[in-house]
Amino acid sequence: MTNHFVEVEGLAKRYPTPDGDDELTVFENANFGINKGEFVCIIGHSGCGKSTILNILAGLDEASEGVVIMNGKEVAGPSLERGVVFQNYSLLPWRTTLKNITFAVHARWPSWSKEQVLEHSMKFLDLVGLKGVEHHKPSQLSGGMRQRVSIARAFATQPKLLLMDEPFGALDALTRGMIQEELLKIWEETHQTVFMITHDVDEAILLSDRILLMTNGPQARVAESVQISIERPRNRTDIIHHPSYYKIRNHLVDFLVNRSKELSGSAAGAEIADSKHPLLVDPTNEADDDLKQAAG
Amino acid sequence: MLKSLKYRAAILSVVLLTLFLGIWEGLNIVPTDTKPLTEYELLVGGASQEARVPPPSSVIVRAYEELSNPFYDAGPNDKGIGIQLGYSLYRVLTGFFLAALIALPIGFLVGMSPLMHRALNPYIQVLKPISPLAWMPLALFIIKDSETSAIFVIFICSIWPMLINTAFGVANVRQDWVNVARTHELSHLKTAFQVILPAAAPTILTGMRISIGIAWLVIVAAEMLVGGTGIGYYVWNEWNNLDLTSVIFSILMIGVVGMLLDTALGRISRMVEYEE
Repeated sequence: MTNHFVEVEGLAKRYPTPDGDDELTVFENANFGINKGEFVCIIGHSGCGKSTILNILAGLDEASEGVVIMNGKEVAGPSLERGVVFQNYSLLPWRTTLKNITFAVHARWPSWSKEQVLEHSMKFLDLVGLKGVEHHKPSQLSGGMRQRVSIARAFATQPKLLLMDEPFGALDALTRGMIQEELLKIWEETHQTVFMITHDVDEAILLSDRILLMTNGPQARVAESVQISIERPRNRTDIIHHPSYYKIRNHLVDFLVNRSKELSGSAAGAEIADSKHPLLVDPTNEADDDLKQAAG
Repeated sequence: MLKSLKYRAAILSVVLLTLFLGIWEGLNIVPTDTKPLTEYELLVGGASQEARVPPPSSVIVRAYEELSNPFYDAGPNDKGIGIQLGYSLYRVLTGFFLAALIALPIGFLVGMSPLMHRALNPYIQVLKPISPLAWMPLALFIIKDSETSAIFVIFICSIWPMLINTAFGVANVRQDWVNVARTHELSHLKTAFQVILPAAAPTILTGMRISIGIAWLVIVAAEMLVGGTGIGYYVWNEWNNLDLTSVIFSILMIGVVGMLLDTALGRISRMVEYEE
């Protein structure tokens, strides 16, 4: 269990309260690992600190306690090893689509020639189906296209860990579905290690190998790690007919609706706090609840 | 629809102008005296002694004369309007670019560093409201050269809007874009030039546009004070000559050049603007 590619150990984030003499704990005792090539989603209600965890993984924010170790090294500050796709796309609006990507590719491989950078960037633009709009400014693109550019930029830099902060949160359902499939396709090709935040249970099941569930904040915790054993390749239309699909889905929804609240706070969550790692759950084997085991 | 709106606006503009000029011209008809001139009137040369604002027709005639030969130079007090405007433009642009050279880096620093912002803000707040002309005596005493003093006055009045806007623009660059720079491991210098500067450019250009407008306002007054050359001196000189036709003509020219300066800066700022 120390062989995870990314190891998150005892992570906590606390803010001083406005009156200054107390501290507000957003989340604490977050322990989990991510394997190489694994697609991990994290789900939890607003305010549980998912984004903060992602920002700490990215190196954009600092933890109050605990460490993140990637590839044997502690994460300190942002790095090209960890790519980020932000919810609001974060494209530089004064650059064209292509230049938004070449800028990142050039930053990643400064020694590359112009042609090499261009070719590599076009390849990834093509991968998200955006050939033809490379000279458009982001403002001329729809939300879905912008997020595709953002995804292409992140994949083009070939980070060791890709972090996605609710990448499809601002998109309409149809566009969302299409980009999910594209993301799946790219992921099948690259086997990029991904850590993604989402609010969408179906999206999480479709995409992930494992889903981390967080209890409500403040004092939120990573309570469960749910294994998604549905075989790949998956697609949006077939996956819902899979025999395990609703078992998993019901488990997740039940957690979000009922147990995330029950388990939150210090008293009820003591059980989780004691165990170093979140409960490993496979809802497909879940004849009843006592098959749960503490593991990691 | 849009075209017809443009068309109608143009017609209205012309109608208003004609109306205004017509009233102005009409008010200036010299009353014809029915009585024979008195001895005193004969002595001073006419019946209508009351000074009148020259009618637009004579201003137009003067404008035609001046603009058909704008660059003549017939001695210190008789230069063409082009030469006078040229002097003023030279002072304004020199002062403006010197100010930009100082204001942009300092504005960047103030915008980037909360420490510098807190440290420098009190001075900026005190220096900003000082009328640029109040610096004139001090400038004349220290610099001992009226020409350079005029440029200094332009410098000091252009610096504040540029500095404040640059600082504001830089400080308010969206955190997302800064995060993009950080996650791509851009150096501080590259972040400044590739992310912060283009992001803040529209705000900075707005500051520069305000600055050049103020500089053009101030140069007229400054040149009235220091004398010698320039459009401000020209206005005052023609007033001393009691040549109101030339005064009105030069007022119009100040307006036209000011508009051109603003348009030029407007064009440049459109080049750096971006849509989110």
